[in-house]
Amino acid sequence: MTDTTAGLLQIGLLVLLLAACHVPLGDHMARTFTSARHLRIERGLYRVLRVDGDADTRWPTYALSVLGFSVVSILFLYAFLRLQQFLPLSLGMPAMEPTQAWNTAVSFVTNTNWQSYSGESALGHLVQMAGLAVQNFLSAAVGIAVAVALVRGLVSRGSGTIGNFWVDLTRTTLRILLPLSVVAAVVLLLTGVVQNFSGATTYTTLAGGSQTIIGGPIASQEAIKELGTNGGGFFNANSAHPFEGPTAIASLFEVFLLLVIPFSLPRTFGKLVGDHRQGLAILSVMGSVFAISLAVTTWAETNALGTVPQAVGASMEGKETRFGEWLSALFATATTSTSTGAVNSFHDSYTAAGGGMLLLNMMLGEVTPGGTGSGLYGMLILAVITVFVAGLMVGRTPEYLGKGIRQREITYAALYILATPFALLVGAAIALSSPDTRSAMLNSGPHGLSEVLYAFASAANNNGSAFAGLSVNTPFWNIALGLAMAIGRFLPMLLVLALAGAFAQQRPAAETAGTLPTRTPTFAGMHFAVVVVVTALTFFPALALGPIAEALTGAQS
Amino acid sequence: MSTVTSTPAPESPTTGPTGPHRVSSGAFSPAQLVQSLPDAFRKLDPRHLVKTPVMFVVAVGAVLTTVLAITDPSVFSWVIVAWLWITVLFANLAEAVAEGRGRAQAASLRKVSSETVARRLKDGSEEERIASSQLRVGDLVVIEAGETVPGDGDVVEGVASVDESAITGESAPVIRESGGDRSAVTGGTTVLSDRIVVRISAKPGESFVDRMIALVEGSARQRTPNEIALNILLASLTLVFLLAVVTLQPMAVYSGRPQSTVVLVALLVCLIPTTIGALLSAIGIAGMDRLVQRNVLAMSGRAVEAAGDVGTLLLDKTGTITLGNRQAHELVAAPGVTLSVLADAAQLSSLADATPEGRSVVVLVKEQFGLRARSEGELPGAEFVPFTAQTRMSGVNLVTDTGTREIRKGAAAAATHWVRELGGDVPAEVGQVVEDISTAGGTPLVVAEHVIRNGGGTARVLGVIHLKDVVKEGMRERFEQLRAMGIRTVMVTGDNERTARAIAIEAGVDDVLAEATPEDKLELIRKEQSGGRLVAMMGDGTNDAPALAQADVGVAMNTGTTAAKEAGNMVDLDSNPTKLIEIVEIGKQLLITRGALTTFSIANDIAKYFAIIPAMFVTTFPQLDVLNVMRLATPESAIVSAVVFNALVIVALIPLALRGVRYRPSSAASLLRRNLFVYGLGGVVVPFIGIKLLDLLISQIPGIG
Repeated sequence: MTDTTAGLLQIGLLVLLLAACHVPLGDHMARTFTSARHLRIERGLYRVLRVDGDADTRWPTYALSVLGFSVVSILFLYAFLRLQQFLPLSLGMPAMEPTQAWNTAVSFVTNTNWQSYSGESALGHLVQMAGLAVQNFLSAAVGIAVAVALVRGLVSRGSGTIGNFWVDLTRTTLRILLPLSVVAAVVLLLTGVVQNFSGATTYTTLAGGSQTIIGGPIASQEAIKELGTNGGGFFNANSAHPFEGPTAIASLFEVFLLLVIPFSLPRTFGKLVGDHRQGLAILSVMGSVFAISLAVTTWAETNALGTVPQAVGASMEGKETRFGEWLSALFATATTSTSTGAVNSFHDSYTAAGGGMLLLNMMLGEVTPGGTGSGLYGMLILAVITVFVAGLMVGRTPEYLGKGIRQREITYAALYILATPFALLVGAAIALSSPDTRSAMLNSGPHGLSEVLYAFASAANNNGSAFAGLSVNTPFWNIALGLAMAIGRFLPMLLVLALAGAFAQQRPAAETAGTLPTRTPTFAGMHFAVVVVVTALTFFPALALGPIAEALTGAQS
Repeated sequence: MSTVTSTPAPESPTTGPTGPHRVSSGAFSPAQLVQSLPDAFRKLDPRHLVKTPVMFVVAVGAVLTTVLAITDPSVFSWVIVAWLWITVLFANLAEAVAEGRGRAQAASLRKVSSETVARRLKDGSEEERIASSQLRVGDLVVIEAGETVPGDGDVVEGVASVDESAITGESAPVIRESGGDRSAVTGGTTVLSDRIVVRISAKPGESFVDRMIALVEGSARQRTPNEIALNILLASLTLVFLLAVVTLQPMAVYSGRPQSTVVLVALLVCLIPTTIGALLSAIGIAGMDRLVQRNVLAMSGRAVEAAGDVGTLLLDKTGTITLGNRQAHELVAAPGVTLSVLADAAQLSSLADATPEGRSVVVLVKEQFGLRARSEGELPGAEFVPFTAQTRMSGVNLVTDTGTREIRKGAAAAATHWVRELGGDVPAEVGQVVEDISTAGGTPLVVAEHVIRNGGGTARVLGVIHLKDVVKEGMRERFEQLRAMGIRTVMVTGDNERTARAIAIEAGVDDVLAEATPEDKLELIRKEQSGGRLVAMMGDGTNDAPALAQADVGVAMNTGTTAAKEAGNMVDLDSNPTKLIEIVEIGKQLLITRGALTTFSIANDIAKYFAIIPAMFVTTFPQLDVLNVMRLATPESAIVSAVVFNALVIVALIPLALRGVRYRPSSAASLLRRNLFVYGLGGVVVPFIGIKLLDLLISQIPGIG
């Protein structure tokens, strides 16, 4: 079988799997958030946490719960990392340095999972499982909860309430993420991913040298790492490591895991708003951007664009031979389009065009399909912007799903669009201006610029993948990227919840022939254009000096 | 009682855009640009500029580059400086032209509002002469023939004919009388006959005319909700681009090609949405102006926007959907009577009937039976019997040598009663015909005769005249258009349910509110609103006031009472009920123009990037020349061309902003497709061509090319 046939088969299989899960998983999630029944274990939890499971709250309460929960999570994780040498199963690892602990704590709570440390040489099993893996569940659940709160605001009949954060968090974790991860972990085990509690084992190799091999609860970590679009690897090499991604099948399954929730959430949205075509319109925008991005990256990699790849006839640097160019490009596109950040190949070594596309995937704001929940709410915000302009063009004051987009609503949406580019561009500009950080860069010229842009794009958009090529474990990078992650996560969330609150106070307007239809191909096309054009206009100058300049150099020579 | 009966029906549907006598601002002419230039300079005041964030950023950039050009002069920087200032001026010009168009109307109105002498009544009897500006609310003033009404108020005593042409442009005088729905008088109008006593209802300076002046001048213009929202979006887009440009410098330094501030400002000005930013307030002023041209005064811009969103239109039957009066439709003869006998009798009985119904009988008989209308002189011995409320019949008594023939025409009950009284029989067939006509929504009139000969008389029914409401021409198509726009039409009438349904089906309205009381109307509006629909209605009576206030768009007729005018948020000077439909279209057109120009403005940026980014960095990265798809001559001419294009496009679009984007009633989906194609795709393509053409010119300038 040629690479192309194998690659196309892999993509075909992936699409088939996603299509098969879209409806049942989407509907299951919708039921999770509309059901009035609490599970026994949930009722127990609410009693322990002193939460009224039947309370329906307004947006300030919801937002305070999200922020309070996240702050406590960061503090808890920070303490965990700083005190790990006193805890069991630490494998003798020392405490993490303060700025790195801040960076790591923020990173995992914001669903970014940027890692400035090497998992295997910095963390013990307890921190991995009780600290990081727990956040892998909870940070993903927070994202979904916020997305559902926004949808509740859109379907509200004017009550002003948008649900209960604690209930959404608990249900997402217990009814969606946990069961799916158990199944996923078992499948991963079957494909060869390792699961044990051994620490380092030293072997003598055939050549007589000695090698230390580290085991651990990898399959269980791997499942939620992908499923919750987290991406923080057990090993530094992440999913390229033979214990995390032993075979092509394992790697393809991981791609499926990280796409399945984001691509099913539009169905949940459609179900909750009572019109599946609304969900399909969102899905089609997500899907078409994803498809184009995948095509560009695959084309760039398989054609080995650029001087060096042309010379050696392939672009296999930084890629695993067991995955090849197709599966690597697929994984890379999926991971950068979903705010996951797991990698099965090294993005820094991609061709300029391929790497630039990965960078652009993140700059799009992680909406195609984006992280768990964050992808959906990001897409809905862009839909609000689209509706605002398109709605005017049909001669009505704009409304989305019957909810007017007026002064308050457009303010929140516009600030949302502003927040991430702010963290990204200001961060990159400061980093580039500082002589200290210039020394952290391994490359100069356009590629160096791409690396800095990539780091801040990854942090601000809560992706967490690294372009590498940067020595980021310095106080400056740890603090700056930590800030970018926090701003890129919580500011948009706050604005989404405020928007949800504003929508929830409105009574919906009736739909007539004069209403802008938001489920038609015309609207989806315009939504697509807004997603692409807003990003392109914001980042074109920066991209021109980084990947575009680099790619064109390659093309000319 | 409902407005149906109190609405004065215009004789013909006047759907034309303007009243005959009002000052119309007319079409846009380039001369207006020149005339408005001084105002454009006056608007350079920072306090004015700061109201439009986008243009304020351009102005700040212009100041900054001016300073830089002085300290470090070059042809390039001075050209950029000049064009940045021109960009700001063009934006001011757009607003000034829009305001200037209202000024002529304001001037003619101001004459009306000038000071007059008022004859105030002291203690109800004694008169004193004071200036109209001294009047207070509640004062009673006397106005006699030939005098000008000193202020807005209600007639509390007397009846007079008033010339309101100064305000409405309508030269025919109107009757104003105390009590009822015709009591309001407007300051500045002239009493033509009789004497009235008026209670003043508005303070000087806050009268109707004063408000009109403020409106047409745009001085009282407040930003409408959607305009504010759009401004916020534009401001945040400006911030995004500011961010992109400011952070570009460190990256440029890193790449070894620091950019001059002049170039960065040029890039920023090209990227921020200056086109829509410059035209936004002109669009709003022009939208109000278009309403004024149609003799509608909107008391708030909010109402104009709401008009675009209207989901339900409440339309009065009479005058809006049907012609003001019922007309004879057909004749049905009683058994044993020939049609020609009936036609002859019907005509004779209607000759002296001056009502429109009566005249329509004469017309019908002439058209269908060729019977010429006879004048009274041709009928010697004819004695006409006028309609009275007691008999509810009219007719004629013809005295000939052989005897007397009495012919009567009237309501079915009255006429048949008359025949029976005189000993005649009423055939069952006639009863059936009367019943059928009523069911179909028409009004039956029975024609009967009583022939007295030789002392004995015989009475009989001759037949029935079928009177029916005549739906105005073109209404059905109008309602179909409204349906396509997603607007539900509800016909409001005082008629009974059966009659109303029949007319509704014929006219093609969606729903009917029959036997409507003011309470019913209010309830209907609330019901529609709770279903998420905005409601527009028109009314004139005091009892319409609650419904007018409750409706999202309440249009009061100028002929209406003060209470109605206060309750509504628009006033129609023509008092033409069909106007509601036009108001909705103007509201939609206003919003579409904003959306279209926003889309156009943002789509423009793509070409500008392709012009400026390669120009900025091509010396460091020669490979970026690939992005110079327009093959612009030099980096300098590329940047200047983009800036010049950016400024010129504002002027080029002023006529569109003032006139509004062409609007054809159709569904939202097809409107979106069309406007996306024209303004989205057009916005992408046009600047590529424009910048290229400008570059061909500009590259000839020494020091740039």
